[in-house]
Amino acid sequence: MASLKELRARITSVKSTKKITSAMKMVAAAKLRRAQLHAEAAHPYADAMRRMLGELAASMAGQDGLPRLMTGTGRDQVHLLIPVTSDRGLAGGFNSNVNRTTRQTVRHLQAEGKIVKILPVGRKGADFLAREFADLIIERIPGSSGKEVPFSAASDLGSRVTKMLAAGEFDVCTVIYNRFRSVMSQVPTHMQLIPLELDEADAGQPAAGADQAQYEFEPDEEKLLARLLPRNLQVQIYAAMLDSAAGEQGARMTAMDNATRNAGKAIDRLSQKYNRTRQANITNELMEIISGASAV
Amino acid sequence: MPIRVEIISPEKVLVSRDADMAVMPGEEGDIAAMPDHAPMMLILRGGVVSIYEGDTVTDRYFVAGGFADMTPTRCTILADSATPVSEISVDDATARLEELTSALDFSATSDAEQVETLIGKMQSVRAEIDAGLATH
Repeated sequence: MASLKELRARITSVKSTKKITSAMKMVAAAKLRRAQLHAEAAHPYADAMRRMLGELAASMAGQDGLPRLMTGTGRDQVHLLIPVTSDRGLAGGFNSNVNRTTRQTVRHLQAEGKIVKILPVGRKGADFLAREFADLIIERIPGSSGKEVPFSAASDLGSRVTKMLAAGEFDVCTVIYNRFRSVMSQVPTHMQLIPLELDEADAGQPAAGADQAQYEFEPDEEKLLARLLPRNLQVQIYAAMLDSAAGEQGARMTAMDNATRNAGKAIDRLSQKYNRTRQANITNELMEIISGASAV
Repeated sequence: MPIRVEIISPEKVLVSRDADMAVMPGEEGDIAAMPDHAPMMLILRGGVVSIYEGDTVTDRYFVAGGFADMTPTRCTILADSATPVSEISVDDATARLEELTSALDFSATSDAEQVETLIGKMQSVRAEIDAGLATH
């Protein structure tokens, strides 16, 4: 049986752990609110962009020579994966979910004989994937590390992807990230960036308020599309990063809440054990004294 | 009948309100969005968007390039970045212009596309400085 001194030390240590986890939970909650606002604020831009793209795609449908960013290279041999994770851990299954999904995807693609390249965003994903697929990783992109995601981070990555495509370094590009469904649940999601997948609803539907009139384009469709597509890529990546940043805080909050609760339970259990042991010790000592006295 | 004018940057919505006219810097010349304008999409260069109510300008925003989507009832401006003209920092913009100028010198020999992007950015920053100087 553990001695009283040992038990006392355990209780103190669990108590300070609890203080840390509950502080982390508080911090995550505050950051979550900001990250969520940020993610929501970015929606209108992405929505408007999707609407414009849909309109353009509809008016250019059936034409040849659409930009590569939209149609891809026409092949399906080299896959570029961009898993988005956080820089820090202690967020429950947040990072490992994305990591596991990525690993599955890589194995699946390799089994089909495809070539896979990985461009991991965030330290946790890069570290995990480096253990198994070190030779597939092109470069590690730093994650947000709990701060707000600047748009420049996404636009840099977007330009990088555009350049790689122009150089013919891959055929299909997919982002794997945690979609923020609620504070409690983040879903690892595949989002294919190239070739571009336009929702049927976006492509067919005329913009709200436009009474079927034909759009005019200035300078012309091709130039607009050539400018809009790289921008769209950046915006999509930005949206994924923001979702992931919000999800990270949500996951951390939930994980830390659980940890705090568990620590509380552990303290109760340990305190009870401590009291029992203390009482047993006293009883023992008393019995020794009494039996000593009666022997005399 | 007013039109709905929206200026949206990737980070947030800056303006969303009704106005009588919005003049914006199209890549091929300034263009005004008014009620019942034919649906139109255009590329914007760096410049100032002026929002009119009646004949007076109520708001002026500097946009560093982007896109605009006009319909008879609505005008959505997707700006790469946008700032109210009154908040432009001329010193800041000048510093950025210098940075771009030196970047251009370095890449003088590299690919034409990059040079073109840099020149585009420089023009946008110059427009920002002009807009800033005109107000201060």
